[in-house]
Amino acid sequence: MSLFAIMVSTILVNNYVFARFLGICPFLGVSNKMETATGMGFAVTFVTTLASIITYIIQKSILDTLGLQYLQTIVFILVIASLVQFVELALKKISPGLYSAMGVFLPLITTNCMVLGVAILNIQEGFTLLQTTVNAVGASLGFFLALILIAALREKMDIADIPEALAGFPITLIAAGLMSIAFTGFAGLV
Amino acid sequence: MTNIINPVVVLGGLGLLFGVLLSIASKVFVVEVDPKIEDVLNALPGANCGACGYPGCAGCAAAIAQGKAPVTACTIGGQKVAENVADIMGVNAAQMDRNVAVVLCQGDCDKAKDKYVYQGLQDCRIQATLAGGQKECSYGCLGCGSCFDVCEFNAIRMINGIAVINKENCTACNKCVEICPKRIIEMVPYDSTAIVKCKSEDPGKLVRGYCSIGCIGCKICVKNCPTEAFSFENNLAWINYDKCINCLVCVEKCPTNAIDNSSIVSEEFAREFAS
Repeated sequence: MSLFAIMVSTILVNNYVFARFLGICPFLGVSNKMETATGMGFAVTFVTTLASIITYIIQKSILDTLGLQYLQTIVFILVIASLVQFVELALKKISPGLYSAMGVFLPLITTNCMVLGVAILNIQEGFTLLQTTVNAVGASLGFFLALILIAALREKMDIADIPEALAGFPITLIAAGLMSIAFTGFAGLV
Repeated sequence: MTNIINPVVVLGGLGLLFGVLLSIASKVFVVEVDPKIEDVLNALPGANCGACGYPGCAGCAAAIAQGKAPVTACTIGGQKVAENVADIMGVNAAQMDRNVAVVLCQGDCDKAKDKYVYQGLQDCRIQATLAGGQKECSYGCLGCGSCFDVCEFNAIRMINGIAVINKENCTACNKCVEICPKRIIEMVPYDSTAIVKCKSEDPGKLVRGYCSIGCIGCKICVKNCPTEAFSFENNLAWINYDKCINCLVCVEKCPTNAIDNSSIVSEEFAREFAS
């Protein structure tokens, strides 16, 4: 698969939120406002890309050589959790501006199943390191896109006249479902 | 045997490696934190309600310690918390000015003309998207009560088509300031009585045409103010509250009553808040 095809496929066709239903928790949790959505989007892009590269190296160099593929999940979780901690520490020192921009969201990413999902799927698909990187960037851009779309909708829905029984989360879930259906229109693109 | 030893060594080793790396990182990337921030944080209620406008109590504590926010920034904690924080910061809480929100528009249904009749959702933010709202004045209060809806402290009432704020109840949480699409709610010192309650930057002739209580830019207040507290910009008079001595000369002289003596409350206002 060409890199371009991987990129398009992971952003639109196999969007991690709308097609694979991963990362739904932050997708609903921090999409109240455009501002927080962008902060979360940047943080996820950053961590997913880094985590994918590191987990790929660990998988190939340690797990595959020792035949310990069954430890994949727990090792990847360990890597992601430590990586998030490390990135938080490093950012605080190196770039306080960036840290305060996405500081609150960084710890939340530890529990974002999309990061783990991308890392595991990279291995399953048999990608090379370059393809893994492209796939991770694409996946997080797809997540970013989904987050921004739903945040923009929710900002409008805040002031719309929604029946009381549906106001708040119910209408958000309906909107997310409709958007997921809309994204199936991209099927067959790649 | 290797079937057991290998995974234990790999997982344990990785865990140990990451643990050591993280502890080294925490030493290498250590950031000096102002001890005042911690002290201030402990003095705050810790409810993380966000009423101060900062992300949680930690954000508020950092802002206070850096002097970006007043020691009274925590509106929920009130006087007691403010005093504790003031002790830590070494200032006197009593000296801190209390700010209150005020709606800078008096163009109610009798005084301001409409350009159309609005019958949509009762939300100012939606009305404002329709040609800037129903009032002919594009700066005035839209009267749908979005500020009334967000006020959690029972400080806002809609009286005859405009919002009025009871400064006794106002805690300066800034929610109404943020939600107002016309940006006509501002923070003023609690003790200020003379307030220019108009935000129209249109020329006087236009203002006279659509509102009987707007600032027409005659500059009488500027000329008569004994302390030169007034400035004139964009067809509108502005008060520098630091210079104002509350002599109320401007209130007397203002030909359209756009400058209001906010210590006098109307009967309707008193009745609304008494109930």
